[in-house]
Amino acid sequence: MTQVQDMKLDGNAIAGLLREIFAVEMTTARGTCASCGAVNEVGRVEVYIHAPGTVVRCPDCEQVLMRVVHGRGRYWVDMTGVRCLEFAES
Amino acid sequence: MRDTQRLMGFVSRGFRGKRRDTASSSRVPPGQYVVTDFPVLSAGPTPRVEVDQWTFSIEGEIDEPRRWTWKEFQALPTETVTKDIHCVTKWSKLDTSWKGVSVDTLMEGVETAAEFTTIYSDGGYTTNVPLDDITGNKAWVVYEFDGQPLQPEHGGPVRFLVPHLYFWKSAKWVRGIRLEKDEHPGFWESNGYNMYGDPWREQRYWGD
Repeated sequence: MTQVQDMKLDGNAIAGLLREIFAVEMTTARGTCASCGAVNEVGRVEVYIHAPGTVVRCPDCEQVLMRVVHGRGRYWVDMTGVRCLEFAES
Repeated sequence: MRDTQRLMGFVSRGFRGKRRDTASSSRVPPGQYVVTDFPVLSAGPTPRVEVDQWTFSIEGEIDEPRRWTWKEFQALPTETVTKDIHCVTKWSKLDTSWKGVSVDTLMEGVETAAEFTTIYSDGGYTTNVPLDDITGNKAWVVYEFDGQPLQPEHGGPVRFLVPHLYFWKSAKWVRGIRLEKDEHPGFWESNGYNMYGDPWREQRYWGD
């Protein structure tokens, strides 16, 4: 039986995906959760990739921060769960 | 090994081992392959719901909203159905056996102006399905798989089953049906996935 705990990864699992979208190193970017206001580095967020898309959740309140769908050569990125994203210039 | 798998992302039991089943190709929609295991997909943590806290509701465009407790739901007439299921991540599983209650039973006698529905779940997941696609012996609210109680990782205690559409429409941990006059895109439908999701027409993404 699949261990459910194994399905949750940490934010380092989306390092490559975020580089494709944002084209800069993003794992040290800090996002503010639109739901609870917690600020977390990308490396600390909770990631679910065994799904039709990638779902990123706040480690403090489990609400959705980002959803990324990749198909037919396109990306769909929902970031309504991130109120502010702070990252260093490259 | 586990860390390696994590870094490699999409390598997992669920996405490995493409077994072509040519004998059943007429039952396998375009772009799909047959699996014999049952991959677990999840967009979030698995809700743990005690059945004495569980209810199922029909609400929205309905004069008298309906609600069943676990005990009341168990007393409803059941059906056991065997269906092929098709996940948008390209696996199909043939002859899956489910026991539960037909949506027709739950909707018996309901008069509604709704043409659409939102199926909603514990954990906040939603998916939109036209009303005509969940009535007429096409959808069930199920609590057994293969003769056993439905396990939490597969949506237990109760999940939705609408097997003629891609399996993301068969919401895990289902708690109710909202009847709606207008179509409201659900969790995946609002972010790139197709509003309808017919596997035979490969309606995976927006614009398909």
